Amino acid sequence: MNISVELHTLGELHVKGIIGGEIDAFTAPILREKLKEITLQDNMHVELNLMDVSYMDSTGLGVFVGFYKSISAANGHMELTGLSSRLKRLFDITGLVEIMDIQETDKEVKKDETV
Amino acid sequence: MPQEFKRQYKEILEQYTQRQTELNLYEGQNFSRQLIQKNISPEEVISIHKASLEELMPDLPNDVWHSFDLLIEVMIRYGLALKEHQTLIKKQENFRMEMELASNVQQTLLKTKIPVMNDLDIGMISVPAKEMNGDYTHFLNDDTTIGIAVADVIGKGIPAALCMSMIKYGMDSLNGAETEPIVVLDVINRIVEKSVSDSMFISMFYGTYDTSNSKFTYASAGHEPPLFYSAKSNEFSELQAKGLLLGVIPNVKYEQHIISLDKDDFIVMMTDGVTECRSKAGFIDQNTVMDIIESVRDQSAQDMVEFVFHKLEELQEFEQRDDFTLVIFKKK
Repeated sequence: MNISVELHTLGELHVKGIIGGEIDAFTAPILREKLKEITLQDNMHVELNLMDVSYMDSTGLGVFVGFYKSISAANGHMELTGLSSRLKRLFDITGLVEIMDIQETDKEVKKDETV
Repeated sequence: MPQEFKRQYKEILEQYTQRQTELNLYEGQNFSRQLIQKNISPEEVISIHKASLEELMPDLPNDVWHSFDLLIEVMIRYGLALKEHQTLIKKQENFRMEMELASNVQQTLLKTKIPVMNDLDIGMISVPAKEMNGDYTHFLNDDTTIGIAVADVIGKGIPAALCMSMIKYGMDSLNGAETEPIVVLDVINRIVEKSVSDSMFISMFYGTYDTSNSKFTYASAGHEPPLFYSAKSNEFSELQAKGLLLGVIPNVKYEQHIISLDKDDFIVMMTDGVTECRSKAGFIDQNTVMDIIESVRDQSAQDMVEFVFHKLEELQEFEQRDDFTLVIFKKK
């Protein structure tokens, strides 16, 4: 059970996060803490790339909902990119795709996933 | 200083100073176990050592005796740390017992009775992965209509349990089983949205089955779509209905749909503990789940849900990661 979270500051109001590994009940707290490090300001843009996420369950979803709520409250914007079709399905089913800015990956579905 | 310990220790020390054997060392180890059991602190042990030494070798130089006094002072903190540790263990045990109690209360509070209907065969299984179940199923019924809620609270443990009580009381405040699914979801969303923390939310499916016309009306708040099996075409389809999770924003539009059930048709409602099953080889995909269900479609609804649970448990090598809930409505 591993997760990796890298945050890069690209500008005063622009942060890009690269997340990889598994996001489940064990690793979700790590991700949540890491995202808390981002200082939220007006017009902040945070892009989170999930291309290397091999698994995510509903606890992981909870982290993104929580972050979405706090960044929206601070007039910022969250963008999720690089979602595999399996991950995208989670956001589709939960209806989150209607309120969040979500970009599916244009790459082929990764080989370690059965869809 | 407990005299009995001193006597024993002196004996072991005397033997060891004469012959340094493994056996004597081993006795020393066993002795320390007894000391811990009787809550003898480290500084007391050193006092015992010093007193024994005074009897065995009274002629040691004064410097040595003084050094023991310093060592005793140094060890006092360790003694305190040990006491704290023991208090914590006791507290933890109390917490564990309270958790167990809370989990029992939850089970009693949230108990739902599977209604018996002339027209409909109902099967249900709900197995928590940990002590507290984050899945919640609730039935409402009158003579002709039956309402079913299947919900998954994201966020585990005690906060999730409290959240479930909110769903229960929200549903109890409704006007019985005939309330439209979109109204049910809207009411509960308003309750939950006001009360939950930021990263906690609920996915919920709600459906009503009317036995007078065999119609099933349903809506979903971000929940895993149920499967519908048509006996005539021998095919599964997903019962999709758009709608956001409960507890994210206050005003949500939910979609509502209706399907008709014919004899032997059935609906499989579940939580993501079913669809997110993983085996060593990867995810267990939906087709596998459908195949398992179809293989037992002639059995009673209760036998079906139990079979599916055991089969998936087997495929996951008995390592259940998430709460698992499965409900089947089968038209007789």
